[in-house]
Amino acid sequence: MAYALQQLINGVALGMIYGLIAVGYTMVYGIIGMINFAHGDIFMVGAFVALITIVLLLSGGIMEGPGAIMLVLLVSMCVTALYGWTVERVAYRPLRGSFRLAPLISAIGMSIVLQNYVQVAQGARVKPLEPIVPGGFTVMTEGTFVVQVSWMQLVIVLVTLAVLAVFTWLVTRTALGRSMRACEQDRRMAQLLGINTDRVISITFVIGAALASVAGMMYLLRYGVIDFYIGFLAGVKAFTAAVLGGIGSLPGAVLGGLLIGLIETFWSAYFSVAYKDVATFAILAIVLIFMPTGLLGRAEVEKV
Amino acid sequence: MAAPILEVDALSMRFGGLKAVDEVSFTAHAGDITAVIGPNGAGKTTVFNCITGFYRPTSGRLRLHRDGRATELQKLQGHDIARAGIARTFQNIRLFPGMTALENLLVAQHRPLMRASGFAIGAILGLSGYPAAERAAIARATRWLEATGLIERADDPAGALPYGQQRRLEIARAMCTSPLLLCLDEPAAGLNPRESVDLARLLRAIRDGEAAEGEPPCSLLLIEHDMGVVMGISDRVVVLDHGKKIADGTPAEVRADPRVIAAYLGEGDEDEVPAEAAP
Repeated sequence: MAYALQQLINGVALGMIYGLIAVGYTMVYGIIGMINFAHGDIFMVGAFVALITIVLLLSGGIMEGPGAIMLVLLVSMCVTALYGWTVERVAYRPLRGSFRLAPLISAIGMSIVLQNYVQVAQGARVKPLEPIVPGGFTVMTEGTFVVQVSWMQLVIVLVTLAVLAVFTWLVTRTALGRSMRACEQDRRMAQLLGINTDRVISITFVIGAALASVAGMMYLLRYGVIDFYIGFLAGVKAFTAAVLGGIGSLPGAVLGGLLIGLIETFWSAYFSVAYKDVATFAILAIVLIFMPTGLLGRAEVEKV
Repeated sequence: MAAPILEVDALSMRFGGLKAVDEVSFTAHAGDITAVIGPNGAGKTTVFNCITGFYRPTSGRLRLHRDGRATELQKLQGHDIARAGIARTFQNIRLFPGMTALENLLVAQHRPLMRASGFAIGAILGLSGYPAAERAAIARATRWLEATGLIERADDPAGALPYGQQRRLEIARAMCTSPLLLCLDEPAAGLNPRESVDLARLLRAIRDGEAAEGEPPCSLLLIEHDMGVVMGISDRVVVLDHGKKIADGTPAEVRADPRVIAAYLGEGDEDEVPAEAAP
């Protein structure tokens, strides 16, 4: 019981990170119908920007308290958003109107470029970071087993929820969100109403990258080690989460992320750590066989 | 005569070897309802698609006049055409089906809203006049919903509305972009006679700026098959046949024009006569 509760806590914290990345996949897919394979690497860039900012603040001796974490978050979001914007501008926009596979190939290229760029700029070795928010509190004790929530896990869950709340409000309640949904449903028509669809697409990438950077920072704080290659597996898992939840659906992406996080954690806890990824992807395959549009996805109606 | 609002000058559109529109010129005047009619395949929709930027004309010019300045529409792309002052509706309705009727009208007003919200950054920070701008946009959308008799359906998804209501909503949405010229592609298609009468009344009210409170008069350009609607509301009628303009004038003039009668009755056009009956 206590053991399961501990896994639940760990799984939710991990799932939140996947969910944040998955939102970026699903948003871009919804609006231009492409899978942005470079998104996982944007997450990795976000983690590195956060690391560099933290190291700078530490050397300045001002890495103290929640204010500093907020500052790191803000810097990381802004810088990573710039990367997201640039990737779209350089690699995808020139190919709009080209054949469908062109931006996908370009995305894979962009992913390799980002990985190698970080490898060259930051070195290939794993970067460790001392725990910024150590400690935690005990939820319950059962015999010798202590169920713990680390402060870090709490920060991850709270920050993720806050970011998702702002994001949901943005999409459902503001003029920008309406323009995004309009572009999603009928891009040509949105243009005829005077919406600058190129700008809306840019903003989508910027928001997606900002969310990914939050995930990157949370990953860094939780695990304390990053390298230039973390974007690949995290990206694939988050993409899986987006597909599992129903690609194109925002709540689906968060739900999918949580499920993937939980499946992975519970499998590692009760079966074998070595096979956790096999379990994750096997469940993806099973869900897709019975629900091809994912858990919350709607059936795709071909636009004529 | 009123000032011109749209001048179509020697417009041609070629698809491979086919000349869908051949050197068509006409002028729509401010404050008029101008109708473009013609048999099927006459090139009406192609002319429309050129005006609204769906096609790039092979040759010719499209000048939109606003405050004494002329904009060359054929040089503009995508959203700039709407911003120049052209709005359109479609023969096969293109609403945003997953959004509510009200949201459809708000999307059309997104420009002032985006500016007021500082491109969402101001809205996130809770700054600026965004809430006021949003309220104004909702008020305007509400007036249009009332004008088109859709106020009861404001919060229903647009895709769930019956056909006639979707048509009216599409017109309301086009009007919410504050156009100079509203282009309607067969607005009466699929409407029953009663709905057609209501539509004619709505279009006349839009022309005169009486459809909704605070809306300026708007010029209209429409393609229509329903001759009752066309002859009843148009100030000017342009007739196309096989991509060429064959007549241009008031409804009465056009109706009396022998070339128009020939085009519609298919004089010398064996397609209209069953093969066995042909001499």
